[in-house]
Amino acid sequence: MRRIFTPLTIVVAIMFACSPILIAGAPYESTMGLIQKIFYYHVPSWFAMFTGVFTCGIASIVYLFRGRPDADRVAASAAEIAVVFGLIGLVTGPMWARKAWGVWWQWDAKLTMALLVEMIFVGYLLVRKYGGPGSDKLAAAVAIFGMANVPFVYESVNIWRTVHPKTSVVPELARTAPGMAGPFWFCVLAFMLLFALLLTARIDLERRRAALDALYLAEED
Amino acid sequence: MFARVAWLVLRKDIAIEVRSREILYTTLFFAVSCVLVFSFSFVREGRAVPDAAAGILWIAIAFAGTLALGRTFERERYGETLRALLLAPAPRPAIYVGKLLGIVALLGVAELLLVPLIAVLFQAELFDRPLLLIALLSTGTLGFASVGTLFAAMLVRARTRDVLLPILLYPITVPVMIAGVRGTSALLATPPDEPSAIMWIAMLACFDVVFVTLALWTFEPLMIE
Amino acid sequence: MLTAIASFLLLLAVQQPPPGQGEFVPISQLPPGDRLPAAPLLIAAYAFVWVALLVYLWSIWRRITKVEAEMHALERRSTSGSRPR
Repeated sequence: MRRIFTPLTIVVAIMFACSPILIAGAPYESTMGLIQKIFYYHVPSWFAMFTGVFTCGIASIVYLFRGRPDADRVAASAAEIAVVFGLIGLVTGPMWARKAWGVWWQWDAKLTMALLVEMIFVGYLLVRKYGGPGSDKLAAAVAIFGMANVPFVYESVNIWRTVHPKTSVVPELARTAPGMAGPFWFCVLAFMLLFALLLTARIDLERRRAALDALYLAEED
Repeated sequence: MFARVAWLVLRKDIAIEVRSREILYTTLFFAVSCVLVFSFSFVREGRAVPDAAAGILWIAIAFAGTLALGRTFERERYGETLRALLLAPAPRPAIYVGKLLGIVALLGVAELLLVPLIAVLFQAELFDRPLLLIALLSTGTLGFASVGTLFAAMLVRARTRDVLLPILLYPITVPVMIAGVRGTSALLATPPDEPSAIMWIAMLACFDVVFVTLALWTFEPLMIE
Repeated sequence: MLTAIASFLLLLAVQQPPPGQGEFVPISQLPPGDRLPAAPLLIAAYAFVWVALLVYLWSIWRRITKVEAEMHALERRSTSGSRPR
């Protein structure tokens, strides 16, 4: 895994360096103007965040029912990365919203669900840090319940009308605004590769910590 | 076997509680003081903000429930009975169900007190559709307690269990709270909005099924010491 | 956080739209006083993303070097401890 680290870093760095050029070249959106360009980083951030959430959830299931320690390492790493990308989404979103809708925050389905999932996984990290013995299993349960919760939160808040752009914007991008599709999917790829890069690095950290703990235990014998 | 174990665990909890009534009284009084504190925030010129009653009812249930969960498992930890329960040759999910039913019963008694109290304090016509209200409260309480019992059981050994339980429980039970509050508001509307209330009850029932199943499924691997 | 959730629930129960903004209003129809310049917000958003990601990468790197240093120290201690045999 460590061998792909350096080439992956280079690729991600180049992609991120190129992204502003591509984004500046993309066409303007009719109603929102310049501020809509936040979309090229905001939406891929959320894609990365939910990838992290589902990675953590599935790794947690594997850890809980198979007991494999590397699954636990993947889960812990994925959760931390998901929280980071979620924070990016939650900060860039209100910045976009303030200009586009006039308010910093709206209690609609997407925002509420995003905030709640972020809180659940911050809870995951808190449990891992302060939960005491057995906290890795408890955190795994939190991740599983959090993942299962996503559709319920979305549906329950969705009853009211929502100001948030509809989900259908993304799949129809190629048809309605072809100029935007290119930069958008480029940014999605960049963020996904960045996610993979961060996950690799973070799992490496966990593995080293486990090796260190093993060394300490061996020394005590 | 499963049902018998669950019933035995439930009966044990009720027997202990009936003798001392400690958790019952303290939870009830805490719920009442919750209602009062929130009332002061949301009463303007002597009258409550409209629809505050629904929100306050469910907040009181959530806070009182968290407290009751913490106290019930603290009692188990103090008597070291949880380990004894787990060592018993009984299916572990049955132990979970027994404790769950105990918590639901406790919260049910609290709600028996809270609903008339709120009806009186906020002039809320909570008894217009009693069956729907009972369905709403029971599905909501079950949903809240199902997640809460699992987390409280797992946190028994943690040092920071008191603060971690709300931190973990509240975000995950937000759909229950949303459905409960909106459902109660629908029932308090004039005339009572029955289709909405039934929709929220259905959603709560779905939540209950999913999360009780999930809890039963994960209880066994989680409680392995 | 408890008060945040509590007030969120009460906000739900009190189903009144926030004053002045009940619907999605296109930018062109807002009074000029309500219009914000977009460029600072856009730049701030992008800057935040870059800074956050770089800080996180740096924190991972810092933690890895710390663990490696500890491991080296431990290995040195164990080899020096077993030498006088």
